Amino acid sequence: MKPVVQLEDIYKTYSNGEVQVHAVRGVTLQIHSGEFVAVMGSSGSGKSTLMNILGCLDRPTKGRYLLDDVDTSNMERNERADLRNQKLGFVFQGFNLLARTTALENVELPMLYSPSRVSSSEMRTRALRALEIVGLADRADHLPNQLSGGQQQRVAIARALVNNPQILLADEPTGNLDSKTSVEVMGVFQRLNDEGITIVMVTHELDIAHYCKRNLIVRDGRIVRDEMVPNRLFSKVEMERIRGAEAAAKLIHAS
Amino acid sequence: MRITATSIIALRALRRNKLRSVLTALGIIIGVAAVIAMVSIGNGAKSQVEGQIASLGQNVITVFPGSSNTGGMRGGWGSSSSLTIEDAQAIEREIAGVVAVSGEVRDRQQVLANGMNWNTSVLGESPGYLSIRAWELESGSMFTEADERSTAKVAVIGQTVMTNLFPDGDPVGHTIRIRNLPFKILGVLKPKGFNFFGSDQDDVVIVPTTSAMRRVARRQNLSSILIQAQTPESMPRIQQDVNDLLQQRRGGREPDFNVRNQMELAEAATATSKTMTALLGAIAGISLIVGGIGIMNIMLVSVTERTREIGIRLAIGAHDRDVRLQFLIEAMILSVLGGVFGVVLGIGVSEIVSTQLGWPVLVSTLSVVLAVGVSAIIGMVFGFYPAHKASQLDPIDALRFE
Repeated sequence: MKPVVQLEDIYKTYSNGEVQVHAVRGVTLQIHSGEFVAVMGSSGSGKSTLMNILGCLDRPTKGRYLLDDVDTSNMERNERADLRNQKLGFVFQGFNLLARTTALENVELPMLYSPSRVSSSEMRTRALRALEIVGLADRADHLPNQLSGGQQQRVAIARALVNNPQILLADEPTGNLDSKTSVEVMGVFQRLNDEGITIVMVTHELDIAHYCKRNLIVRDGRIVRDEMVPNRLFSKVEMERIRGAEAAAKLIHAS
Repeated sequence: MRITATSIIALRALRRNKLRSVLTALGIIIGVAAVIAMVSIGNGAKSQVEGQIASLGQNVITVFPGSSNTGGMRGGWGSSSSLTIEDAQAIEREIAGVVAVSGEVRDRQQVLANGMNWNTSVLGESPGYLSIRAWELESGSMFTEADERSTAKVAVIGQTVMTNLFPDGDPVGHTIRIRNLPFKILGVLKPKGFNFFGSDQDDVVIVPTTSAMRRVARRQNLSSILIQAQTPESMPRIQQDVNDLLQQRRGGREPDFNVRNQMELAEAATATSKTMTALLGAIAGISLIVGGIGIMNIMLVSVTERTREIGIRLAIGAHDRDVRLQFLIEAMILSVLGGVFGVVLGIGVSEIVSTQLGWPVLVSTLSVVLAVGVSAIIGMVFGFYPAHKASQLDPIDALRFE
């Protein structure tokens, strides 16, 4: 089977005045359908640049990037926009929902930019279904500031899912969340992955990376380690453990 | 193009910032309202002037006597006594395209009736006078050619004379005394109001020219000759013909008359009010442009403030033209809605001006269409730069923007 993502000797160099910054230097990588990958690395390691290239937000200086067997390296701005719309779903650290816009309208947004026209009734049905998947169908009419951080991130996941992308890209999706909510969000990702969705996420938290199936460590613009997670964490089990600990600390009523 | 979807996006964006949208549109609202109100007031003034000029009569050419020269002392225009009733008859007889001619004799007399008296202007005119002045009778009838030939003691009177001498009602059939001679009232004229120069046109008694010459003013010459041309286009030709004819009748003598065209007066008067309309319109137009700059200003601020939002849109698949179109449509909606509300406000202000200040106001369809059209164009023009700026943002930078 062909890999969904195929990076061939990718380089990215920023020229910042006279100084040349080599953010990514020679990354070759294959990600297959159904994988759940965590890209890890300290800040400045080039993991964000790698993520931007994977997300077709940025173009590599050198190398080839095949997404779903299509070469994206020489695509124009608007072609890449269509690719982001149709084949990629984004989840950001800061949620990046439109303020003063209901959850439903936020989820409808990618469909408004679909290359093919989507009727408003279909947009509504699909947006509601996506919200259902993340368990927020009852909050469709809420504004972002009426939702908790975890709920906002789930709305963002619903938005990323609504156009049925090939890959879900998440940039530090738990970075702004407390540990319990992080586990919740990772639970959503695990459930989606179980249903067959390919997920690539950036994180610097080791324990969060343990919810994934495969870990990539990036340092100085190169992948220095690529391994399957040996003792994977599961959100369901962890949630039980957290609840037990909270009950013991009298944070909540023991059930 | 994804115009429908983009319009939805633009409307949602405007709805999210209701107060700012309203305040931005306010610039255009005030600009358009000012244009509509100013142009309406200007147009009202113009049409009032035109109406006053039309009340002087249509297509009228007037012959005034020339200046007198008594023993070396020269009078001004109209001071000589050179126009005769024969001149008037000759014009009527010999010049083509003339509808009516009236030899006019002006005089002021104390007139008596009903035991009351009133000082008014007595005009000697031909029966064609009413056609020349576009004046109608309210009751009774005009005197005839026969009355003129027989120097009959008959008269038609204006509204002011009637209210002052016959406060109780219809004076037709009664007599008024002018210079102690009884004149029978044949008719009453419809009210005509004040003329362009501010004098009361209804304060008048009209008698046949011949009667006025012999019995009232007791003179042999005319104050002026009024000529009505059939069409406005024939006026210059008739003016020339009258000039030639009168010159011919005087042999080789110096011309002692002066032929004037009413259009000259009309042109001067309407030129003034046109200038006023243009001036008011220009001032209002400037406020419209200021409103447009307000829109550009807000849209630019909006682009900066919403950099992150633009980044999100670009990241999830918006093309640059989607973003450009969104901001352009936002600017257009603001300016067109502003234009529509401005028209409503402008018409409202015009109404208030006309009812409260009593100024004549005329809202023209053209100014409404123009104002809305111009505000839409302003939206396009002043919205384009911010829209373009937004569309060229790099999604990565825009997403990182705090």
